[in-house]
Amino acid sequence: MIRLEKRASPSRAWQWGAPLLAVLCTLLAGALLFALLGKNPGEALRVIFWDPLFNPDFAAYSRPQLLVKAGPLILIAIGLSLGFRAGVWNIGAEGQYIMGAIAGAAVGLAFYPAESAFIFPLMVLAGAAGGFLWAMIPALLRTRFQTNEILVSLLLVYIAENILASMALGALRNPEGGGFPGSRNLSQYPSAANPELIAGTGLHLGVLAALLAVIAAYLLLQRHIWGFHIRLSGMAPRAARFAGVNPNRLIVFCLGISGALAGLAGLFEVSGPSGQISIDFNVGYGFTAIIVAFLGRLHPIGILLAGLLMALTYIGGELAALMLGLPIAAIQVFQGMLLFFLLAADLFTQFRLRFGRPKVAHVRRD
Amino acid sequence: MFGGIDPFLLLASLVVASVPILLAALGELVAERAGVLNLGVEGMMILGAVCGFIAAVETGSPTLGFAAGAGAGVLLAALFALLTQFLLTNQVATGLALTLFGLGLSSLLGQGYNGIKPPPTGALLPESLSGLPGLGGLAFGYDGVAYLSVALVPLIALFLMRSRPGLILRAIGENPEAAHALGYRVRAWRWGALLFGGAMAGLGGAYISLVRVPQWTDGITAGAGWIALAIVVFASWRPWRVLAGAWLFGGVTVLQLNLQAAGARIPVEYLSMSPYLMTILVLVAISAGKGRAALSAPAALGQNFRPQS
Repeated sequence: MIRLEKRASPSRAWQWGAPLLAVLCTLLAGALLFALLGKNPGEALRVIFWDPLFNPDFAAYSRPQLLVKAGPLILIAIGLSLGFRAGVWNIGAEGQYIMGAIAGAAVGLAFYPAESAFIFPLMVLAGAAGGFLWAMIPALLRTRFQTNEILVSLLLVYIAENILASMALGALRNPEGGGFPGSRNLSQYPSAANPELIAGTGLHLGVLAALLAVIAAYLLLQRHIWGFHIRLSGMAPRAARFAGVNPNRLIVFCLGISGALAGLAGLFEVSGPSGQISIDFNVGYGFTAIIVAFLGRLHPIGILLAGLLMALTYIGGELAALMLGLPIAAIQVFQGMLLFFLLAADLFTQFRLRFGRPKVAHVRRD
Repeated sequence: MFGGIDPFLLLASLVVASVPILLAALGELVAERAGVLNLGVEGMMILGAVCGFIAAVETGSPTLGFAAGAGAGVLLAALFALLTQFLLTNQVATGLALTLFGLGLSSLLGQGYNGIKPPPTGALLPESLSGLPGLGGLAFGYDGVAYLSVALVPLIALFLMRSRPGLILRAIGENPEAAHALGYRVRAWRWGALLFGGAMAGLGGAYISLVRVPQWTDGITAGAGWIALAIVVFASWRPWRVLAGAWLFGGVTVLQLNLQAAGARIPVEYLSMSPYLMTILVLVAISAGKGRAALSAPAALGQNFRPQS
């Protein structure tokens, strides 16, 4: 028989081995899925994971997209990971992303058509504030009224989506747009645009912000007392209280940071790759970032790598839809499976598999 | 503003609107009473919605559709149970994974089923009853699943509060160590509770795509699973209060839809967000100033249990 034996301390090797095992299992399960959909699994995997980066026909378009897609994912996931470590579950990043984009775009559009170097920094502040304030709703309801932050943050996503629709149709609609929904295109308004910094790389300010967030989160977790409090609260909540961690302040801190970062991601997206506030502006980065955070082991460097991998599945998925007629939803399934395998593979970090009968005689109770 | 809206018809559509949430919330209530927090309700619902829809369209039988919806919910719940009970994964993270996976899979399965009408689900009782003037439609005009959902409220209440298995289930949710020491198989009970929750969520999902809407579109559940989770909290883990919460939610949904149709001066987007807003307000009102214990949340909710052998 097979038994589980708890390790004295989490295995360091499996800490990084588990994500690799999960990716491997997902590739196998994905191949099976693609075969079931009637596609050649080898070809599908090649189109998703190889062609976007190395096929000369597509790489020119696809490679820059890697950073464009990874930027928001990493930025949001870094914020989420801090909360997840501390046991503060913000799963409404999608809503904070939307509200950041709306707030930032609104500030930019308010100045149209004036040109000034101050406009974009103001938009960045507004974007962060939008996400921050939206995240403060679950934070304050949690600290004041003990309301479950998981449910509130998630329900606020649906409210934010409705506000987005209302903005795209009403207050922020392009007055010269011929009545079509959607705001003015910010990328064509120089003072409010977030252009590609180096042509052909996809690098924009949001990607730089994501890299800064990775470094800042690393320093916070390794070197700062707040990072220590976050890690302690996740691992041993009681010990954290004895160490003087104020749980309410921690909740506000974690939700605030993740909200602000998600808001920033929204702002950089609306002023750059997307360009405008539209009804379908959000594409689920806030939810995929949850997978990125876990795949990256809630560790900043891991999240950086996981964000790039997840961005690749997005781009590869689009390419496979174009080349092979693979449904886009198949990639969503693929991403969902990855999270399952990851959670399952984590077993090996905490437990050791033992085969055969236990050495020490004891009474079985289960 | 209410001119032309028949109050009986309004109440009847309230009942229909609350069925999916009621079913899902009752299922989740049983799972949470056993100490397992399954945040994948939305995923199980939407998979139930698509599988139920496909089965009903392909076979022409809504009954088979409902069965398929419940079955799909059970399968997804089994995956959750396997991960959390056997592989001891974090329940919150696994529930989220279930929802993300369910949303993707449903969209994949539902390809090609957009814009089709499912076979109609008939009323359970003959028209001689539902055709009665006044209360006839309100009392007798529903399909079987709607009656089942309401009938399950007292049944689950009796099971949990007045039966021995219900007592064991609650004990496992409050103190799995003690229940284990008494010889109860904690993980087997939790498996059972989770599978029941999955069947109910799947059935609720199928009700959305077969009766409530009725058609298939991506993301058709639109957060119903999350509202069901919120209603369990609002209900303080008691079946009768789940019914009250579901009807309250159904009322707001129906009212805002009627206001939209009546051309009220409030923009559609603000009306559409009102059910979610109200759910948050209700959550705040019920949890204000109280800890988990005062809310009577199961003490071991969300914690994994591993028998020390």
